[in-house]
This record gives sequence, C-alpha cells and structure tokens, in this order.
Amino acid sequence: MVSAILFNILILSGLAVLAAIVLYWASQKFAVQESPLVGQIYEILPHANCGACGRAGCQDFASICANASAEEFQNLNCPVGGRKVMEKIATLKGVQAGEAERKCAVLRCNGSCQNAPDKVVYTGMKSCRAAHSVMSGRSGCPNGCLRMGDCVQVCQYGALSLDKETGLPVVDYKKCTSCGACVKRCPRGLFEIRPIQENMQVYVACRNQQKGAVARKNCKVACIACGKCRQINDTISIENNLSYIPPSISAPEEGEKLAASCPVKAIHFRQNMIEGD
Amino acid sequence: MKTKTFSIGGIHISKHKSSAQIPVEELALPDIVHIPVKQHIGTPAKIKVKIGDKVKVGTLLAEADGIISANVFSSISGEVKKIEEINDGKGWLVTVITIEREGDEFEPYMDLSDDLMTDISDDKEALRQVIRSAGIVGMGGAGFPTAVKTSIPEGKKADTLIINGIECEPYLTADSRLMEEKAEQIIIGVRILNKILGIQNAIIAIDENKPRAIAKLTQITKRYVGVNVRVCKSIYPQGGEKQLINTITEREVPSGMLPIDVGCVVQNVATVYAIYEAVQKHIPLFRRILTVSGDMNDNPRNYLVRVGTPISFVLKQNKVDMEKVGKVIIGGPMMGQTIAALDAPVTKMTSGIILLSKETSDKPESTSCIRCGKCVDACPMGLMPLNIRQAVNENNKEELRLLHVQDCVQCGSCSFVCPAKIPLLDFCKIGKFELSRK
Repeated sequence: MVSAILFNILILSGLAVLAAIVLYWASQKFAVQESPLVGQIYEILPHANCGACGRAGCQDFASICANASAEEFQNLNCPVGGRKVMEKIATLKGVQAGEAERKCAVLRCNGSCQNAPDKVVYTGMKSCRAAHSVMSGRSGCPNGCLRMGDCVQVCQYGALSLDKETGLPVVDYKKCTSCGACVKRCPRGLFEIRPIQENMQVYVACRNQQKGAVARKNCKVACIACGKCRQINDTISIENNLSYIPPSISAPEEGEKLAASCPVKAIHFRQNMIEGD
Repeated sequence: MKTKTFSIGGIHISKHKSSAQIPVEELALPDIVHIPVKQHIGTPAKIKVKIGDKVKVGTLLAEADGIISANVFSSISGEVKKIEEINDGKGWLVTVITIEREGDEFEPYMDLSDDLMTDISDDKEALRQVIRSAGIVGMGGAGFPTAVKTSIPEGKKADTLIINGIECEPYLTADSRLMEEKAEQIIIGVRILNKILGIQNAIIAIDENKPRAIAKLTQITKRYVGVNVRVCKSIYPQGGEKQLINTITEREVPSGMLPIDVGCVVQNVATVYAIYEAVQKHIPLFRRILTVSGDMNDNPRNYLVRVGTPISFVLKQNKVDMEKVGKVIIGGPMMGQTIAALDAPVTKMTSGIILLSKETSDKPESTSCIRCGKCVDACPMGLMPLNIRQAVNENNKEELRLLHVQDCVQCGSCSFVCPAKIPLLDFCKIGKFELSRK
C-alpha cells in the first residue's frame, strides 16, 4: 500500500522535473528579444486600444514608436493622448516630437428638431441603423441625422451627447480624441474628423445631395449649392448639389467670411473651441 | 393528401385571409398615375418619352438599361405631364413619369379578348425575348427581372420548375384569387416556362389553406401531363424561395448560392400569369392584382390595379377611414414595409396594401433576453438571432460573419416569437448592414 503511494509520488515528481527542464530549455531557446523601450512606451500610452492612430492597438503603436527613426517619429501621433503623450515618448527616445495638429469629429448636419421638423412617426427600434434600413429620415431628408444616438453609444470617451432641444448629437471638443468610432458607426457617414486650426474650424454642416429646392422643403439649413462660398475660395468643391470645404482651407483666415457668405447658414464657423488648451 | 414542409424552423401565424372569397374586381381608373422607372432590382429603365407626349395603355415609357433591368409601360392613356421625383412612401425619392388620363385607349397590338390561347408557337429564344420586352419581373415582391431568372447560366442545369402559389403572408389573397380565376392560363404560362427551360415537368406548390385553388388546379392539371399540384403545410415562411425548394425537392440551397445552383427555378403564380398574357395575348406588364385588407379594414377586396395608381386613390376607392388607421403597410404584414406618404404609387411588386389599427401597430416594450432559444427554433434559415443580437451590440463583425447573418431572409419569425418582444429582425438587419458596408 505504502509502496504504491511512494511509487506514484516518485513518478509524478520525475515528470515534474522533466517538464521543468523542457520548459526552461524552451524559454531560453525561443525567447523573444524585446526592447524594454516598448514596454515603457506602452505604459505611457492611454491604453484605449481604439485604433485611431491607424494601428492595431496600443501595443502595436508602442512597438512602432520604439523602432521608428527620429524622422519617422515626427509623423507618428496618438490622437487620444495628444501632444503631451507624444512628447513624453520623445524624451524617452531622446528625439523631437512631431508637430501633429489637433483634430476632432464634427457633425456635418444641422437638421435639428427645429430646422428639420419630423414628418413621420417612427415607432421602431431606437437605433439609427435600424431606422436607416426602413426610411429616409424623420424629416424626409435622406442624408440627414436620424437623431437616435448610435454615435453617443459608441463613443468611449463620453465626448458625444444628444442635445435635448435640437435632438442632434453634440461633440465635446475637450473630450473628443478623434478616434473615428463615430465616423464608422453613423449609417449616413455624417461625422468627419477635421483639424482644429488655432482653436477654429470651418465646415459645411450638410450632406444633402438633393437639389436646393427639394432639400429646403425638408430642412431650413440645407446646403443649396448656390456657389457663394466658392467665390471666396475656389478650392471649395461643389458636387451633387453639395458644397464641401476641404480641410486645407484655413479657418482663421477665411472662416468668418465663408460663414457670412452662406445664405442658408449651412457653413459653421467655430471659434474658441478648446479654451485654455 | 399528405402535406409537406421545410425541414427547419417556421412559425404558425393566424392567416386572416378574409378576402379569399371575394372575386377580383377592376379598380376605377385614376385621373393621374405616377409610373416609377425602377420597379425592379437592377438599373432604372431609360426614359423614352418627353413631356407632352400622348401615350396609350401599353406604350413603352422607359426601356431596360442593361441586362438586369426591365421595360416600363404606360398603364393609362393620356398625356405625359411631368417627369419628376416623388416620395416612394419610405422617404426616398424615385423618378416617376406622371401621366394625366384622357379616356382609356389601348395600343392596338394587344389582344384583350378572354379567349384562351393554348398553342405555344414561338421557340425558346423568342419566348424569352417576349418576356424580356414585356417588362416582366418577379411579382412575389422581390422584383427580379424574369428574363434573367429564366436564362440558365452556362454550366448549370435546371431540373425542377416550381410555381410558387403559397402566399404565406397573412391577409394577402391576390395569388389565391388568381389561381382560382385564371387557373387554365397559369397552366399555359407554366408550359411556356417549361419550353424556355427545357424541363418537361413542373410543380405547382399551394398552401393547404387554399382548398378551392387546390381543387381547381388539380382538376385542370389532369389534362396536362407533367404539371402537378403539391399541397404544402400552412406554415410561415413556406413561400420563401429557399424554404419552398427544401419542401418540394428536399434540397438545401447552400449559403451564398442561388436556387439554380441546386437545379431549381421558382416562379410566382402572378409572374406566370403575366408571362401567359405577354406571350399569348401580347399584353405587357402594366397591371397587377393586389389585396387591400388588414384588421382596420371592414371592406377587404382584391383589385386589379394599373401600375402607377397612387395608393391614396386605392384606399379612397376602398372607402377606408384613415382616422382609425395606425399603419399602412405595402406587401404583407410580416415582411412588408410601412409607408409614410400615401401618394406613393402601386408598382409591379405591390402585392397588397395592409391597414393596421393603432393598437396592433404599436411596438411593445422589449425586456431582457431570457435565452429561451425560441428564435433559434423559429428561424427557417437555421440562424441564431439571439447571438446575432449579442454580436451587433458588441459590433463584432467577425462573429457576425461566423453567425452567417448574410443568410437572413428577413422573414421576421424571430421577432414574432420572441417572448421578450426584442426586435431581433432589426438586429439582423443592422448586422447585414454592418457587414455590407466598407
């Protein structure tokens, strides 16, 4: 009896020793030499794993930062952590951080409850994507905001909220990290990531591609493609009855003029967006 | 007679076929029609008329643009007033040709007599050409051009022709009335399809809840060798193409493939009747039978309606009290879509106008999923709607692909049976949408 127990213990201990030897050998043989820098950089990063930098996640971005040359590092940017995080990484690496411009999401629609009143009663599931599959829109605009807040749900930084009065999602520019989750979620592609130029931004808050007269029937602030903004700067494109201000246009220089030129107030000019930044 | 059904899923729903015994009547002609240039799946037809042109019933208004497209014919005689964009009911704008009626003149090439033409003289290619030029599309609701469906791609072989006379949606009776009233014509239409496809046999599948149509067609098919009536169990969605193939042939259409890949061609009875009219009577597709019914309708009717007739006009002729109506649905109540603008026109694909009361159209509050699995039992495609909902909430596209959300036929069985009243079909639609976009 005792000998049987002893025998078992001996066999198992023998196996354990054998396994330990194999594991030790494997850990030495297949060890991956990782720069300690990657781990340090990873610690600095925000750990959001949002993919806004265009990489698979924070770990991936950390290894890219670690392996980047001083020149390559200039072009790298973590939109969530912003300049502060990039500067920390730069000091760690002993290089200069790039001059990445700050960006944020903007809603290219102003079809609020007041500007584009409801024409139909929607009783289905409270989700923009579900509504998008059965109708063109509560106001009749086939490109406008459905005002049910799928974007609010997907924002992991709490930068979006539905305004009770207008029904439209509002971007909190202080919190927005330009990760682009809302851009991917919105079934109508109403969000755009645009640079903030000296605390200012100018953009066309409309995506309606119908003819002016048709669009105006549903929404008071729809772009009618009159072309007045184009007279100020001819890089503004007007396609499919819709004007688009490219991000290359300087908001501080021309924003005010452009906003004033729009007869339907579809061009939005924002100032003092991030105070004290 | 033993009834058959498909192997997985399906639900029992009350059929409400209150208009099943009411003969088809011709609807009064509207003063104005809006004929959409796109009444099918594919590219919109190219407009061939100008404003001010005088047209007759059967004049070609728009020509098929490309292979997957269909001709559009005038449904009334009069003057082309406008070529405009109007609301299709769901809020999207569609290009329509607006015609104001003057009298009721037909193009002389049509044979409008009731004589039965039994001899099929044309050859295969000529017959297919007639179907193509008559603008015939699948009239069960999908609107796929019939000429394309009847041309079998190279390397594939059709061995079974199934005629879909199931009409499993509640309230709808248009197909059932058609089978009772035009039984012989339908059989000749089947013969034409036989000739085009080079198949000797055909199976007409009818739901067991249509005893008169079954009796009538069984009696007539005795005289036609090879055409058989098969009675199917009254279960939803028996009329789905893939479900019907499974019922009749016990074959399963693999994921992402078409019926022709398993050697089947399925045509709706209304389409078959349109083929008969086009080939034997030279009548293009400009009218269709539709049911006006619903729990808010005391006057259920089957109407022969000209394409382009505004839905508001049909409802007016039916003397509907719009005050009490909560919802107007185009198609059946299970798969049809609610419309918001009643000026939308009737198209080749409109099989019914269903009016629901405010109480029935209210969406119930949904509660938490209790993982009972009823939706899995009900799904005729063998999907797991509860897991699809989970994957949509997590926005997990990989999982959605593994759950084969793309195979969903949107029959709505899952939402119907869910005891927690979760709109599972909406989740499946979102899943399909997420997978389809870039």
